[in-house]
Amino acid sequence: MKMSQNTPDKDDQTSTNKKTISLPMSRVRLIMKSSPDVSSINQDALFLTTKATELFVQHLAVASFNGSGKETNTLSYSDLAQTAEEKETFHFLTDILPKKILARDYLQSLDQMQDDDADF
Amino acid sequence: MAERPEDLNLPNAVITRIIKEALPDGVNVSKEARRAISQAASVFVLYATSCANNFALKAKRKTLNAGDVLAAMEEMEFERFLEPLREALEVYKKGQKGKKEVSEQKRKDKEKKPDSENEKSREEEEEEEERMEEEPEAENDAEDEEVEN
Repeated sequence: MKMSQNTPDKDDQTSTNKKTISLPMSRVRLIMKSSPDVSSINQDALFLTTKATELFVQHLAVASFNGSGKETNTLSYSDLAQTAEEKETFHFLTDILPKKILARDYLQSLDQMQDDDADF
Repeated sequence: MAERPEDLNLPNAVITRIIKEALPDGVNVSKEARRAISQAASVFVLYATSCANNFALKAKRKTLNAGDVLAAMEEMEFERFLEPLREALEVYKKGQKGKKEVSEQKRKDKEKKPDSENEKSREEEEEEEERMEEEPEAENDAEDEEVEN
């Protein structure tokens, strides 16, 4: 009896263990190593960074979807760009997630700025 | 920063799966959004690595460890990740340690049927037997070495 109760527990553990991360740690290590200051990374640190990256992807997707994607039932680039701009923790992404604007609007805003400057 | 972030992308299929699992069923994720999230993830890795590395440098260590990564998460204001990360690490460590034990246990389970009530004493006996088997081998090795010398 004891054994038959223990065995499923162990199986659960191994299956959740397999599921703990889905991103390849080797690729994450490659990205980490591309940083010139980093000399070596221990296995736990690599695992945590990989796991954190997955949590980050989920968090970014959910935050952007809840932010502005819900109405259209679609997660689009502009939802992400908006999240990067609005949410403090995602500010570091503004460089790679710039808000897209039409050239017409950009020129208009340039004009606007010049007008404002002229007022002073 | 990486020389060329495009070269250091994470696998798109996996990223897409993680996104889909995080969002409600039936949500469309545009191709552009997927690519952007993937790039954001690479930047996140670099940012986290650089933060963690600063903690290692402060402590005059050359190797990044788990504590550095957790401290980095705090600094980046991703405290919400700390708890799930700690839990995942524990499971991961157990998995690393337990892999051998589990496979041995499974082999044992197959060999004997789970009907015995004296499971513990039996296991202890087996362990002793294993030790007994190992010791003579070690002695043999030592003798061999002496002969060679």
